[in-house]
Amino acid sequence: MDIRAQVSSVFHLDKCIGCHTCSIACKNLWTDRRGNEYMWWNNVETKPGTGYPTKWEDQEKYRGGWERVGSQLRLKQGGKASTIGKIFHNPDLPTMDDYYEPFTFKYADLINAPAGTDQPTARPISMVSGKPMKIEAGPNWDDDLSGSTVYAANDPGVIELSEEQQQQLFAIEKMVMFHLPRICNHCTNAACVASCPSGAIYKRGEDGIVLINQDKCRGWRMCVSACPYKKTYYGWATGKSEKCILCYPRQEAGEAPGCFHSCVGRIRYLGVLLYDADKIEATAMKADGELAAAQREMILDPFDPEVIKAAREGGLADQIIKAAQASPVYKFVKEWGIALPLHPEFRTLPMLFYVPPLLPVLSSENRGTQKISNDFFTSLEQARLPLKYLAGMFSGGNEEEVKAVYRRLIAVRIQRRAETVGDLSEAELLNARELSGLDRDALDAIFRMTSLTRIKERIVVPPMLREQAIEAGMDPEEYKQEMGFGSRKAPKRRW
Amino acid sequence: MADMILFGVFPYVALALAIGVGIYRYTIDRYSYSSQSSQFLESKALFWGSLPWHYAILLILIAHFLAFLVPASWGTLLGSPARLVFLEITGIALGITTMIALVILIFRRVINPRVNAVTSHIDWLLLAALLLQVVTGVYIAISLRWGGVWYVHTVSPWLWSLVKLNPQIDYLANLPGIVQLHAVNAFFLVAIFPFSRLVHVVSIPISYLGRPYQVVIWYRQRRSN
Repeated sequence: MDIRAQVSSVFHLDKCIGCHTCSIACKNLWTDRRGNEYMWWNNVETKPGTGYPTKWEDQEKYRGGWERVGSQLRLKQGGKASTIGKIFHNPDLPTMDDYYEPFTFKYADLINAPAGTDQPTARPISMVSGKPMKIEAGPNWDDDLSGSTVYAANDPGVIELSEEQQQQLFAIEKMVMFHLPRICNHCTNAACVASCPSGAIYKRGEDGIVLINQDKCRGWRMCVSACPYKKTYYGWATGKSEKCILCYPRQEAGEAPGCFHSCVGRIRYLGVLLYDADKIEATAMKADGELAAAQREMILDPFDPEVIKAAREGGLADQIIKAAQASPVYKFVKEWGIALPLHPEFRTLPMLFYVPPLLPVLSSENRGTQKISNDFFTSLEQARLPLKYLAGMFSGGNEEEVKAVYRRLIAVRIQRRAETVGDLSEAELLNARELSGLDRDALDAIFRMTSLTRIKERIVVPPMLREQAIEAGMDPEEYKQEMGFGSRKAPKRRW
Repeated sequence: MADMILFGVFPYVALALAIGVGIYRYTIDRYSYSSQSSQFLESKALFWGSLPWHYAILLILIAHFLAFLVPASWGTLLGSPARLVFLEITGIALGITTMIALVILIFRRVINPRVNAVTSHIDWLLLAALLLQVVTGVYIAISLRWGGVWYVHTVSPWLWSLVKLNPQIDYLANLPGIVQLHAVNAFFLVAIFPFSRLVHVVSIPISYLGRPYQVVIWYRQRRSN
């Protein structure tokens, strides 16, 4: 057993209202520089929708992530030798047109225009070339556009559905959508790390945060195409790739990452998971539908005395083990089993988990005040958002995984209803509990964690034990627009 | 005197700049030690420019270096007329390839407003020098036949005399002006190597082939387990 700690997160999609506050917090902290305008280390997508960059989930187009070749795992974009052969031109690299060309407006024209008969206008200009341009895309271009034939209908997950399901999904009175906030997953089998010819991308041993060493990065761009989530971005002005750093400078100062801290819906949970690094490869080799379960298997119980012993022997500090025991992520993923990884079939073993959205699933058959216990399993089958679509996102197509989560989420509601309204029979309650596989306390704990907890319980930043580092005690805000902690130079090319 | 400066002194100055400034830049500003890719801004024309350019220029450079480093074996290799003709034709074809590819790359930087915006002065200087180099190279290959052979008896000894710190500039002084231009411009490229994006030629990521896929870095020393 090779036990490692990983700072992981859970995003509770039922609670996300799609306000983009997280994106703005991140942008203001890290990516408000030339060449980074288009980078959204944190973005919020509307599902069904094409996402950012457009259709990022379609790996036939982008060729990100891993694939099984015989008994081996190989990067979908090619093996090592083939990667080296492509350094002069990476055929799988998305271009700016797959994202959007950043733009601003010539506001000065509004003031400086000479007197005339017509109203002066501020023309859009490109932030790359400074020339006038036609705006054809932008950040959150398909925000809330469910049902759109241009965006939602081209969602790679929607295309997988049958014609009938698609029509049902887009019927005007049944229109449905939910929001999907995304940051870097800080994967355990990261494709970006594996693809970097310079060896500039690495995973931090102590906390599993994946970072790009900016001095070692030579801008070969392989990580951009290899990451199936498209969460490494190429900085066109600096020639360096950059990605979410999980606000490690803030975490080292004991603070929550910016996007977590600013989350209005309090959908974000953060905590340490202990996992067995010896199992990474075997786990990533599992069949598509088994990946989510296998990944849960890889995550270890921080209360198990044997795990604690092995963790100590492996050099994990006691404070980290303690943080793992307090981790809400462990509860969501392992104890309660209601959080799933996004697209496990990319085989990078992402360490960001999602509680799938319940409301759009349920409300088709049960409008508001209806009793939900009578027919909630049939309602799952006839949900407005087909289970197949959700299974395609969160469990490699395994509908049983998603169903199991929903049974638990529904059981929580039934238990709460029995308690607060009191119109449900004991038999119904017991039935729901039995189907969920969780006892009263667990269901109560889920309710508590999703609705009542304060930030210290939701976001358990482990002590990073970097007190000795030169960064200790520095204010993250003070060094805005620099390369990050440890580097005191502005990220600008001087040659 | 001009010959002495161009063929006897300038190569040393160029090399000294390349090594000195190259090391300085690597130590002081490693962040910039790469070629700033513009593929993200424009990919299609780059494919038709960058790919043929790099592979063809690599082969041509290898031929130049082999003929310089092992002139005897190179001479033996070209001993047979069939091999000589084959190499001559291949060389010219590759040279023309680099020329076309470079023209594509230059046009791309001129025409595409996005790529144009990320092109610096030194980039333009470098492109001009490279264009001059491949145009003179192709012209020499076509007009002064069997360069593979005469290179061994003229340029190789000159380069070796430079290596031995005893510059014999007569070897070059007696060659046609176009060859002299090609040679001096080659050392000009060496001279601007550390100041331009050319530095990427010494960051070939060969070690990638030997390393495991995953890279994990520990901040503290790990206790052995």
